[in-house]
Amino acid sequence: MNNISAASREFREMDELSAQDSPIHRLHPLVKLLVTLAYIVCVVSFPKYQLSGLAVMVLYPVLVFQLSGIPVRTCFHKLRIVLPLVCAVGLLNPFFDRAPLLYVGGLAVSGGVVSMVTLMLKGVFSLMASFLLIATTSIDALCAALRKLHVPALLVTLLLLTYRYISVMIGEVAVMTDAYRLRAPGQKGIHISVWGSFLGQLLLRSMDRAEELYQSMQLRGFRGEFYYADQPPCTAGAVAYGVVCAALFVLARLYDLPQLLGNLFV
Amino acid sequence: MIEFQNVSFSYESGTPVLQNLCFSIGAGEAVGLIGANGAGKSTIMKILLGLLPCEGGVTVGGLAVKKQNLGEVRKKLGFVLQNSDNQMFMPTVYEDMMFAPRNYGLSKEEAEARVDRVLSELGLTELKHRYNHKISGGEKRMAAIATILAMEPEAILMDEPSTALDPVNRRTVIRAINGLTMTKLIASHDLDMILDTCDRVILLSHGQVAADGPAGEILRDKALLEANRMELPFCLAGPSPRQ
Ligand SMILES: Nc1ncnc2c1ncn2[C@@H]1O[C@H](COP(=O)(O)OP(=O)(O)OP(=O)(O)O)[C@@H](O)[C@H]1O
Ligand SMILES: [Mg+2]
Repeated sequence: MNNISAASREFREMDELSAQDSPIHRLHPLVKLLVTLAYIVCVVSFPKYQLSGLAVMVLYPVLVFQLSGIPVRTCFHKLRIVLPLVCAVGLLNPFFDRAPLLYVGGLAVSGGVVSMVTLMLKGVFSLMASFLLIATTSIDALCAALRKLHVPALLVTLLLLTYRYISVMIGEVAVMTDAYRLRAPGQKGIHISVWGSFLGQLLLRSMDRAEELYQSMQLRGFRGEFYYADQPPCTAGAVAYGVVCAALFVLARLYDLPQLLGNLFV
Repeated sequence: MIEFQNVSFSYESGTPVLQNLCFSIGAGEAVGLIGANGAGKSTIMKILLGLLPCEGGVTVGGLAVKKQNLGEVRKKLGFVLQNSDNQMFMPTVYEDMMFAPRNYGLSKEEAEARVDRVLSELGLTELKHRYNHKISGGEKRMAAIATILAMEPEAILMDEPSTALDPVNRRTVIRAINGLTMTKLIASHDLDMILDTCDRVILLSHGQVAADGPAGEILRDKALLEANRMELPFCLAGPSPRQ
């Protein structure tokens, strides 16, 4: 199997994760979507020096990992390409903001370092929360939830088709690179002279396939509504989960909990 | 049930694919559509489903195939695509089979009962919860046929239903097709299968009907078949040249 088939397989594994069963998987998708949004908004809105307050927010992904049975390793493995990018965002902060902010032992830590770490954590936490949402909810259920929020059908269908299109495209790349390699033994990668036609072909082929897929959906009654996506009942428990989570996020955002706790004991 | 009146069609390239095509298929008929590669079999099916615009009149169950009727027309027709990879878009076979019934307003329980019935008729119960990207080509073909049967359409269109199937599954599909009472239009190069499933055959050549008649007659007409790049079905052809 070449790298690209592996990538395609990896992408589809998300469907397998979301098909597992756990208390989190069983939650109403709309609740999960709203909780995730609330979480991301709270995380992103932390001031740049409030590292201790932000650190508490790690509890939510930790809890969801535990409850859903999604391995933390899988998350970081699948995010391995984006994570460094997200982390790179704040890398320059230490160079601009050199004023010492706090002292650890005898060591001065500058504001730039703190804000860099804060920024990285914000990125990592938001990614983890989004990953957990997708890993515990099928794309169709998610789209159904978006429709419930009255996001226009056109946009939601676009999201769904993009998701499907990605796997079609990766699949086509895999088939084409295999076909290329079998007839170009001993070559490493794809020779630059054929990149143009390769890309053109890829686009045409994947567009044709995506169109046929969409037609196949239409022929079976798809009109931009997600009647077919399973909607578990929105139980009182799910609503309570949503409300409690959101309240805790706001609480953690407004009060620097570690500091409060510290003050209690010191 | 299905009517083509003076239908002409060409892709953008301009060479006509269908020219003044006329035929009609009554309700409950089983019709085989045969013809060389590129004769226009798949094109005919796409026109019926309103996926390609054409000149002339096409009606399905009395409804003209036009934009305002498309929803109704498509509900009547189940289409098994030539390429099952493009037919199955949900993660699992089960979800794919639930898709159409749920879209057409069946409750989850009703849809599920239907799915189970179709799967057991086709002997595919063990495929139910398998992932579409982890089943073999032939299994996917069987699953694609199952998704369409779960729609319970008034007419079923099949584009090469027997490709990629092992002999046992091919037999299963033939048996399943023969068990269906709805109108059937089957495009295939597998003339043995056409002989086993269809009462009538339409032979296409250069975008026109070259022959239209009882399957037993047309499929025995060696000269006619050979003039259209086909051969007699194996079961009628006698011993192979190497025996
Ligand atoms: N998207 C397209 N654009 C342009 N021409 C096309 C397109 N699809 C098919 N054709 C042409 O239209 C003609 C009829 O194609 P069609 O797919 O209907 O044939 P078919 O009878 O189904 O053949 P096969 O037995 O190989 O499946 C062929 O000559 C083909 O080259
Ligand atoms: Mg064809």
